[in-house]
Amino acid sequence: MPKPILTIKNLSKKYGENVIFQDLSLTVNEGDTIVIIGPSGTGKSTLLRCVNLLTRPNEGQIWLDDMEITAKGTDEDQVRQHIGMVFQNFLLFNHLTALDNVKLGLTKVKKMSDEAATRKAMRELTRVGLADRANHYPGQLSGGQQQRVGIARALAMDPRVMLFDEPTSALDPELIGEVLEVMRQLALDGMTMLVVTHEMGFAREVADRIVFMEKGFIVEEGSPDEMFNHPKFPRTREFLWKITELYGKKDKDA
Amino acid sequence: MLTWLGYFGRFGQNFLRGAGITLELTAVGLAIGFVLGLLLALARCFGPKWLQKLAGAYIAIFRGTPLLVQLFIIYYGLPEIGIAFSQSTAAYLALGLNSAAYQAEYLRGSINAIGAAQMQAGRAIGLSKWQAIGYVILPQALRLALPSWSNEPISLLKTTAIVFLIAVQDLMAEGKRAATTTFDFVGAYLAIAVVYLLMVFALDALLKFIERKTAIPGMDIETQR
Repeated sequence: MPKPILTIKNLSKKYGENVIFQDLSLTVNEGDTIVIIGPSGTGKSTLLRCVNLLTRPNEGQIWLDDMEITAKGTDEDQVRQHIGMVFQNFLLFNHLTALDNVKLGLTKVKKMSDEAATRKAMRELTRVGLADRANHYPGQLSGGQQQRVGIARALAMDPRVMLFDEPTSALDPELIGEVLEVMRQLALDGMTMLVVTHEMGFAREVADRIVFMEKGFIVEEGSPDEMFNHPKFPRTREFLWKITELYGKKDKDA
Repeated sequence: MLTWLGYFGRFGQNFLRGAGITLELTAVGLAIGFVLGLLLALARCFGPKWLQKLAGAYIAIFRGTPLLVQLFIIYYGLPEIGIAFSQSTAAYLALGLNSAAYQAEYLRGSINAIGAAQMQAGRAIGLSKWQAIGYVILPQALRLALPSWSNEPISLLKTTAIVFLIAVQDLMAEGKRAATTTFDFVGAYLAIAVVYLLMVFALDALLKFIERKTAIPGMDIETQR
């Protein structure tokens, strides 16, 4: 019996009259990689931000393991420690070196000693292949390297689940591979991941399940094989075809 | 008649003492203004609505009225309701309270420029709001503010000259004394003008030095351009 880490139930989010998504339910099991795809403006990013409590849903519940994190009185800072977030624009702390970016949460949130935090941070930087860039500032790193530091920063907190919000969308094409490679390795290591991306190659190869969202609803979800080869809805087929055409020619005929 | 250079021989000691007091006024006023200005900026950016309004009102009032009026209210007005300050305390207060309003605006601008995204990134790793402000927002915002904020110490140093009106013995007061002693107004005031100018040059060099020292590697390419 797979163990759910993240359970989203009947979640709704609106800004005033503007409904972002409605009545959305999704379960992420331990070790799963779930890829969310869909046109822009569909509420994918907002969904991730709700999970991380960076914004509050209007209705519905989210559980992390057995704890309802949307309950009143939840210690948000406590919850966020257990949920790693990787942003589209990296959002590294520009005034800190790669090492200090990764260390900040360890020393200030986890209250680790400087020495222990340095050891842990170096391990995470090694994991994303950037041990030799530890003392570089974000401004001295390429986009792909910055995003890998962003991943290391989130990993350092030993999160239960990692959220990726279009982690490669701001990258030059030749830098996308190194970031996807790190994510692929994470998935293999058994990390639980919820990924919003347009990288169909990654989705097809790494995802346990693909969720297709449109206009605030989950249109269809299933295994990569189901979604790519026998989608139930014509809209899914159409979108996948279009996005594959745009982002990864080689996947189309595979 | 003395040439203006000659003033330094005759009044050099006095000018030096006056310049010391001018620097002291600048430093204390700047410090009070910075601490209060930072609090005002934080209140405006992150405080509850009522505090934002309060900070906004403070800034509007202290930027909207002449410093001299503020100085006179503090020195001559407040004693009438039982709050009396010495000349130098009144001068420190007026300069500090006034400078705070300007410094708050410099800092608010750069805090906003660092933006909500950096705040989210900080919160995402579990930092509390005030931890994120302290460790993520401010270290970047203060650096970003530095070039424009550098106007404030320089402007304040020259503004201190008005405190001679409540008989604080600053450089301006020494210049006035030299002028009334010799009746050579051009020479005396030219002489202290030179002293002010030298202090501003030194201050400017110091600020540039701080700017260089605090520059973030990798980001400096932009500022050097």
